[in-house]
Amino acid sequence: MVEEFNALVVDDEDDFRETLVKRLKIRSLHVWGAETGQKALDLMDQLVFDVVVLDVKMPGLDGIETLREMKKKKPLTEVILLTGHGSIESGIEGMKLGAFDYVMKPVNIDELLDKMRQAYERKVIHEEER
Amino acid sequence: MEEKYYKKLWWKIVFTTLGFSLIPLFALGITIYYQFSVSYTAKIIENLKTLVENRRSSMDLFFDERVSQLVTIANTHTLKQLGEETYLNKIFKTMQTRSQSFIDIGIIDQEGNHLAYIGPYPDLKEVNYKKEDWFESVLSKGVYISDVFMGFRKFPHFIIAVMSREGGKTWILRATINSDIIENVVRAAQIGKKGDAFIVNKRNILQTAPRFSGELFGHPQTPDFSKTMETLVEEIVMDGESNFFAATAISNTKWVLVVKEDPKEQLTPLLKARYIAVIIFLAGILVIVIGTLVTTQSMMNKLIQIDREKAISEDMVIQSSKMAALGKMAAGIAHEINNPLAVIGEKAGWIKDLLVEEDIAQSKNFKEFEEAVRKIETHVERTKKVTHRLLGFARRMEPILEKVDVNKTLSDTVDFLENESKYRNINLQVDFQPDLPKIVSDSSQLQQIFLNIMNNAIDAIDRGGEIHIKTNFLPRNNEIMIEITDNGPGISKENINKVFDPFFTTKEVGKGTGLGLSIVYSIIEKLGGRIMAASEIGQGTTFTIYFPVKQ
Repeated sequence: MVEEFNALVVDDEDDFRETLVKRLKIRSLHVWGAETGQKALDLMDQLVFDVVVLDVKMPGLDGIETLREMKKKKPLTEVILLTGHGSIESGIEGMKLGAFDYVMKPVNIDELLDKMRQAYERKVIHEEER
Repeated sequence: MEEKYYKKLWWKIVFTTLGFSLIPLFALGITIYYQFSVSYTAKIIENLKTLVENRRSSMDLFFDERVSQLVTIANTHTLKQLGEETYLNKIFKTMQTRSQSFIDIGIIDQEGNHLAYIGPYPDLKEVNYKKEDWFESVLSKGVYISDVFMGFRKFPHFIIAVMSREGGKTWILRATINSDIIENVVRAAQIGKKGDAFIVNKRNILQTAPRFSGELFGHPQTPDFSKTMETLVEEIVMDGESNFFAATAISNTKWVLVVKEDPKEQLTPLLKARYIAVIIFLAGILVIVIGTLVTTQSMMNKLIQIDREKAISEDMVIQSSKMAALGKMAAGIAHEINNPLAVIGEKAGWIKDLLVEEDIAQSKNFKEFEEAVRKIETHVERTKKVTHRLLGFARRMEPILEKVDVNKTLSDTVDFLENESKYRNINLQVDFQPDLPKIVSDSSQLQQIFLNIMNNAIDAIDRGGEIHIKTNFLPRNNEIMIEITDNGPGISKENINKVFDPFFTTKEVGKGTGLGLSIVYSIIEKLGGRIMAASEIGQGTTFTIYFPVKQ
């Protein structure tokens, strides 16, 4: 129905991440997973991602810091934050740092998919502007 | 317990105040009274001394006069002249014209024989005085004044004798004097109803008749003053009664004049002053006691009121700290539940995704699987609502402050609920004060508050009822009031105090989280307002919210 695009899910909770990756894959997206912020950044060197779904609270490099690094590396990549623990503040802070939007855990798959598509559309518009 | 404490405090304040007021009053009263008493007594003593010395002078003057009269007669006449009774009678008559106190007069030679005698007792002419004590005395001293005696005459009298020399001859001029005159002088010193005055000789024998203190020629029923030389004044207690005595020696005789005074009579003004002082004193005590009681009572009332207010504010502090603690706990629990919940949600979603595949759709239990997964998703959704509300409850987001028109926020909320209330046949009535001042607040949080309360009201009424929303400005406290009243079933007395507690709900399990009103409470507190709930079973419930109008 829509164009296929590359997405990356970053979450330390394996069960959550793996399931979300599978569910997005059967919805015709090219999806990769990363369990830490660092791995996500490494992966970005090898592949081009259009949309990143990034958990805010993670051990090691947390979501906000990862977001900052990603925006340095690939400014056009759109990021959607996942907030699991009522940290709307960090969600809003992330928005200030250039995140596209945030989604509260547990995730409604249709809502997330909508936002990912919107994010992709914005990325496309930005690329055309260049 | 509290009652006892206040009672104890009351006594403490009363006793302390009375002590500090009455002790100086007592000290002042006693000092003034004592000083007054001392100076008044001194004055009485002074007066008494003046009196006795005054009388003494009169007496001295009297004796001086008599003695010098006789000495003059003796020295200006020859024995021969006086020895003639006709001549002596002439002189005696002259003397009597001046003073009736002379009774008789006689001339006595050095052998003690009467040479001449004029008076009512011619028999005395035969008496020889050579053996008498006074005869010796007058010859040696020149002048002699006798004690008072009755003699032949049967009335009190005394004699004055003076000696004269003529050539080698010595002779004596003797006169008898009625002691009435002395009595009169002494009587003048008998003051008041109980005062007394008398004369005693060297042997403490009365020379005049006192009023109360004995008989003439007897011993006085008073202390012995017969050896007195200088004037003295003493306070002496006799038979349990205090008396003032003044005594002084009369110079010409060997007598002592004694004046006695009853201090009660003299001290009457002092006693009067004492009565007045006591009355003023008692009145003063009464005023102080009443004043103390009134002041203490009003102080205690104030204290009790302050204590009550303090207890109320402590209750509020406890309430808000309870909320804070519960909020933290709720956030912790919500966080712990939320992550596994996300996994459950994803897994259920994944199963649902897979169920779409054809071969599984053929399975005979396909419907059951689908139903189970749908249920899991529904309940994950339900749990998510709880955890998000819990997290929202604990969240410490700074409110975004702006000028808010509360009437507008309320009518937005009412519009939002319009459909729901119409469907349930509930009438939403508004009664807004048109010129309600704007408050500095967070409009979205206010909306949340109003929505929660109105939702509760709709749930309470269920079907067919009325919700009344009213705003008002209270200029006295400079705050606005929002009143939301429903005519639902009401809240019982034991529950009304718990409505703001987290997790308290009377709704069926699964319908309410018990967080709505506690969120309302914490938001209002954060925004600087306060909320109160009042309810009557069968009548309905009113929530009243107050917000300060800040500049």
